[in-house]
Amino acid sequence: MDLSRVYDVLIVGGGNAALCAAITARRNGCSVLVLEGAPKEFRGGNSRHTRNLRCMHDGPADVLTDAYTEREYWEDLLKVTGGQTNEKLARMAIRDSAHCRKWMVQHGVRFQPSLGGTLHLSRTNAFFLGGGKALVNAYYRSAELLGVDIEYNSEVRELKIQDGKFTSAVFVRKGFTHEIRAKALIAAAGGFQSNVAWLKQAWGDAADNFIIRGTPYDKGTVLKMLMEQGVKTIGDPTQCHAVAIDARAPKFDGGIITRVDCVSLGIVVNRYAKRFYDEGEDFWPKRYAIWGRLVAGQPDQIGYSIIDSKSMGTFMPPVFPPIEAESLPELAKKLGLDAEQLVQTVTEYNDAVRPGTFDHTVLDNCATEGITPQKSHWARRLDKPPFYAYPLRPGITFTYLGVSVDEQARIYMQDDKPAKNMFAAGELMAGSILGKGYLAGFGMTIGTVFGRIAGKEASLYVNA
Amino acid sequence: MSTLKSIPHELVAEGERVMRICNACRYCEGFCAVFPAMERRLTFKEDDLNYLANLCHNCTECYYACQYAPPQEFELNFPKTLAEIRMATYQKYAWPGPLAGLFKNNGLATAVISALSLVIILAIMLTSATSKSLLSAYSDAEGAFYAVMSHHTMVLTFGTAAALLFVALAAGYARFWKDTSGKAEGSVSFTALAQAVGDVLRLRYLDGAEGGCAYPEEFQSNARRRFHHLTFYGFILCFAATAVGTVFHYLLGWEGPPPIPGVGKLNLVRSLPVILGSVGGIGLLIGPAGLLWLKSKRNTLLADQKQNGMDAGFLILLILTSLTGFLLTAFRETGAVSTLVVAHLGMVMGIFLTMPYGKFVHGIYRFGALVKNAVEQRTMPTLGSE
Ligand SMILES: Cc1cc2nc3c(=O)[nH]c(=O)nc-3n(C[C@H](O)[C@H](O)[C@H](O)COP(=O)(O)OP(=O)(O)OC[C@H]3O[C@@H](n4cnc5c(N)ncnc54)[C@H](O)[C@@H]3O)c2cc1C
Ligand code: SF4
Ligand code: SF4
Repeated sequence: MDLSRVYDVLIVGGGNAALCAAITARRNGCSVLVLEGAPKEFRGGNSRHTRNLRCMHDGPADVLTDAYTEREYWEDLLKVTGGQTNEKLARMAIRDSAHCRKWMVQHGVRFQPSLGGTLHLSRTNAFFLGGGKALVNAYYRSAELLGVDIEYNSEVRELKIQDGKFTSAVFVRKGFTHEIRAKALIAAAGGFQSNVAWLKQAWGDAADNFIIRGTPYDKGTVLKMLMEQGVKTIGDPTQCHAVAIDARAPKFDGGIITRVDCVSLGIVVNRYAKRFYDEGEDFWPKRYAIWGRLVAGQPDQIGYSIIDSKSMGTFMPPVFPPIEAESLPELAKKLGLDAEQLVQTVTEYNDAVRPGTFDHTVLDNCATEGITPQKSHWARRLDKPPFYAYPLRPGITFTYLGVSVDEQARIYMQDDKPAKNMFAAGELMAGSILGKGYLAGFGMTIGTVFGRIAGKEASLYVNA
Repeated sequence: MSTLKSIPHELVAEGERVMRICNACRYCEGFCAVFPAMERRLTFKEDDLNYLANLCHNCTECYYACQYAPPQEFELNFPKTLAEIRMATYQKYAWPGPLAGLFKNNGLATAVISALSLVIILAIMLTSATSKSLLSAYSDAEGAFYAVMSHHTMVLTFGTAAALLFVALAAGYARFWKDTSGKAEGSVSFTALAQAVGDVLRLRYLDGAEGGCAYPEEFQSNARRRFHHLTFYGFILCFAATAVGTVFHYLLGWEGPPPIPGVGKLNLVRSLPVILGSVGGIGLLIGPAGLLWLKSKRNTLLADQKQNGMDAGFLILLILTSLTGFLLTAFRETGAVSTLVVAHLGMVMGIFLTMPYGKFVHGIYRFGALVKNAVEQRTMPTLGSE
């Protein structure tokens, strides 16, 4: 890498959004440098942990079944965000999601039908063959072949911006600091979810018990620098997407495998062996994202999902083996819970279970009556040993706070004027579209669509 | 449960661990048959692992795609773990059991047995010697190589070796089948069998999802599949050449060396053994050489290095067999015939004797695993759902 040269486009970050931007800008004739903070083995940010993207389509299309129209997509988004979205940007993402698969395939991404156990996504989500790391590998290879310069282990520590115009970035590599100039900047450095100190500002010490599901390299340094330079932000600074995952997961980078998918099949108790929320409120794929916050609200941020042998084998097998016991007191002992209380909680629950026909594929009529919290569906007595438990902690997927952008992915300054040569893509600007809630697969859609827009607009600016 | 000695405990533990990880992830489902078969299970005992390991052909796609591959903390090296288990199963199912030791230092074992085979052939030649001198040349009319070793002796020698070979391979297959029958339901239907045979003949899973496998390096290539096809069909054609020759001899009474097709004496039918053998022989020169070449380029992180000797031993033996076969055909009417007979038949004998105790068995157990897979696809559902 020649540090004295002025690149046309500098891309900070090395995940899906960054690579889509890099490939597009390079194809449009720009010289492009990608600075990825992570080492090569860990390149690709949270994108390396993904598995699919959500696509609109009017009829069966390659790996997708049936149809998923713009209208339904938009309504789903409206529902999960409670209206905290920007319709113009959202519709751009939705519409382009119908076409971007072709571009992805051209750049080496391969698709597969929805995975075993994910039939509910076969209509809406296109799965990457081999998952997100395979996608990231394909994009890096395409970018290299096209002549994009890529530097790993290169964390950007400073952005030089004057009057809303980017001039250069300072990054650290192998202990040395370098400055690199470029005509345009594309910021695609993800959220700040792996910055525990930052999470603590909103969550206090509870954040010490959070597990970060994805990369440890998304520390939000770029977001912070942009904020300090007067960029306009959007999205709730205190909120993050949090799911309940296995408490035995590593602190960072545990990815998809640490999930626990049996909450709706049994009960969940806190460290006082008491239930605290309706486990059967709705289908698990629609509810898993509230359980992170629920567990975060419990003492010591821990919960225990408990099932009996009736449910074993009917949910996605979690990576860590369950804690198993022949009786409830024995289970309580193994979990470090008060045995009497656990027996009491389960007895109360069992007594409240009304007869019904169990069917996990519909909102069935198995409910409890007369206890709080009630369990509205799939309530079956816990009476068939062995009993199994999975300890739960909040697992943070991403944060919502981002920079505000327009339809050209231009970053907005606090005076509501677009910056001249600064663009953003991916998680870093997703707050503009997804102010709250989540739709499975929408993160990759936003990154793919706006990464390419940012790449195109940056090259138009440079070539103008 | 079988009475065979289990594969090493550490391998079972590691196999169980990696299966748990993959079964919770499933991202690699579209690459091959291993992942869907894994998803039909929730627990992984030794028998499950032995079966799944033989369903894997080490294309390494799932390593490059894996977000948990080293240096990530889970240090998941799925292809390598399965390769190690596979090797252990070869020893476990080897028959007779004591010969499993041959897998330990298999490259050397293959070399020594092949050398011994030369001696065996020489000894047979000397003891069964016709009255003819072994140093002279004989025309085709005089029998060429049959002059120095009679057709009858050859049939007797290789018939015996083939019978032993067949028994050993069949016993290994039976052991594999019995040992891994734990969770399988249903018997083998005709369609299941046909599917497995089709999978083998097409090398279906060496295609990756499409466009080949991540072998020898990260990005898709069909090179291995093509070289393997050359090797496989080369082997089959050479076998067919022998079979056809035998039929000619005994059923049609066409004794003597099959004529080499040439200008003016074209007799396609009678030359069939030579034609089949030559086409197959070319496959057996290019195929194994290509596979060796690919092996030299592959990512060493993903290979169980202890198997290099075994892999190379078998491939080199195939090349030498083909090479000596061509030489014998070309120079069968010269004074070198005795030497070449010893060389070629020695190599063939080497292959026969080492087949049940070397790389060849991968095909036997892979076929068994594919049959099991075809049965399971029809009888066992995918387990777990979100
Ligand atoms: C376990 C898990 C599973 C998920 N599954 C899905 C899914 O199936 N579908 C879906 O749509 N979404 C999924 N998501 C969400 C998805 O990962 C994100 O929406 C998406 O990856 C964001 O892409 P990005 O390129 O914006 O950020 P990232 O992929 O996170 O990339 C950010 C990059 O910036 C780099 N970086 C950060 N700071 C600096 C710096 N200062 N200097 C240089 N580089 C820096 C990082 O190293 C990283 O490479 C999942 C998330 C997790 C954690
Ligand atoms: S190899 Fe890795 S990416 Fe593939 S299924 Fe297993 S854990 Fe998932
Ligand atoms: S190495 Fe290839 S064949 Fe083996 S499990 Fe992985 S993807 Fe399947």
